[in-house]
Amino acid sequence: MNMNENLFDAIDPEITEKVISRRNVLRGAGLMGAGLVLASVPATFALLSNSAFGKQNTPQDVTTVLNFALTLEYLEEEFYQRAITASGLIADAAEKAVFTQIHKHEAAHVAFLKGALGSAAVAKPTFDFTAGGAFPDPFTAGNYQTFLALSQAFEDTGVRAYKGQAGNLISDKATLTAALQIHSVEARHAAEVRRIRGLKGWITGSDPGAGIPPQAAAVYAGEQVTSQLNIQIAGSSAAASEAFDEPLTMEQVLAIAGLFIA
Amino acid sequence: MADIIKASQQKLDVLDNVARSGDRRTFLKWAGATVALFTVAGAAGCSDDDTTTNPGTGATLTNDDFGVLNYAYALEQLEAAFYTKVVASTGTGLSADEMKIMTDIRDHEIAHRDFFKAALTTKAIGSLEVDFSSIDFTKRDQILAAAKTFEDLGVSAYNGAGKLLQDANFLLIAGKIVSVEARHAATIRDLINPKNAGIGFAGDDVVDAMGLDMAKNPSVVLAAAKTYIKTSITNNLP
Repeated sequence: MNMNENLFDAIDPEITEKVISRRNVLRGAGLMGAGLVLASVPATFALLSNSAFGKQNTPQDVTTVLNFALTLEYLEEEFYQRAITASGLIADAAEKAVFTQIHKHEAAHVAFLKGALGSAAVAKPTFDFTAGGAFPDPFTAGNYQTFLALSQAFEDTGVRAYKGQAGNLISDKATLTAALQIHSVEARHAAEVRRIRGLKGWITGSDPGAGIPPQAAAVYAGEQVTSQLNIQIAGSSAAASEAFDEPLTMEQVLAIAGLFIA
Repeated sequence: MADIIKASQQKLDVLDNVARSGDRRTFLKWAGATVALFTVAGAAGCSDDDTTTNPGTGATLTNDDFGVLNYAYALEQLEAAFYTKVVASTGTGLSADEMKIMTDIRDHEIAHRDFFKAALTTKAIGSLEVDFSSIDFTKRDQILAAAKTFEDLGVSAYNGAGKLLQDANFLLIAGKIVSVEARHAATIRDLINPKNAGIGFAGDDVVDAMGLDMAKNPSVVLAAAKTYIKTSITNNLP
């Protein structure tokens, strides 16, 4: 892997194909309706060389995990960079300060992961935050609610993504600890964005919360579980689901993040 | 050495039998192998009562996965007791909305506490006696400051404990809980300093220049929590 490749070149072709398939389905059912012209499959997806990396059901190596994390951090960093520099998008000064702080962390995560990966770091993809026209441009003045909804979805996805990779880092203690330290920062972000949107900081059942588009249901799929290690969790089903955040696999996360990679 | 191996083999057999007794006990089976390996290696604590229920004389955290889980159980006991007291208190100065948040968090911490107790079964430490005499529960600021301390400490504790776990299933459970603790921490911080960058939800006092949250070893966390725990805890973790 080198800087000329992105993450999809480095992981299992089956995962990439599923991501493409799901993305096209979503775009076909997008908010633009029947008039939407499906984007051609980008060259980065088409370059499906046989991967040296393992399949999803086998442990991913540390480099793949870190490049997976880097790709998500690239996405978040650019998303917030564009938002805080967009004209007239974030009217509230305090909220602008919040997103500036979040951006600072995402930029630090990109730098940290690139530093850890060195020459093995994947290239930054080209992002399309309208997901091929499925969403309004989140950086256009007046589309702040779209920006907030995407922000929540990205942060809650990030939490689940890091959680899902912890087991793959169990033999590399220093990397595991750093990943956990990023993971909880993403959870702090998620809680704050949810509160700005008028929601609880935690996830109840698999409810995305008001204002999240139906395409984002995958972000919350599986969060509703109320037993852990076959032990039924005490209290109401709402509390039992809120008390434990659930992981997503690399494949599930890429199906979500892939929507925004041009 | 022969005695040690014999003792650990007996322990493995016991745990194996427990494990076979039902799906719910698979938890113990995973941990059982870890404990047995650790004991054979000749490290500290080869007796069968190294992690026991001793409500009168204190709790011991062994230097293995059971010790880490009991460490988490101890912290969850502390948090659950704190929020239970907050929710039961009157004249706290907390708004109705804030009290709803406290009630949610109480329920989460009770869920965590009861999960660890159920999962650890006979390996669980006893109920800790807490001491909240340093907190004035009629003052909103003091309640929220204590909540912030507990939540930030909890996040740093789980972040620091991940590397101590040998079993990936336990690591995943810790991951499922720590992000909820981080959501709590951000929420409490947001109640104290709403929509604040530098000292709010993910302030520069908890997230460093590399964008990393805090990670602390059990010895550091337990020293910080000592003010609030009367029960003596013997810690064999780092």
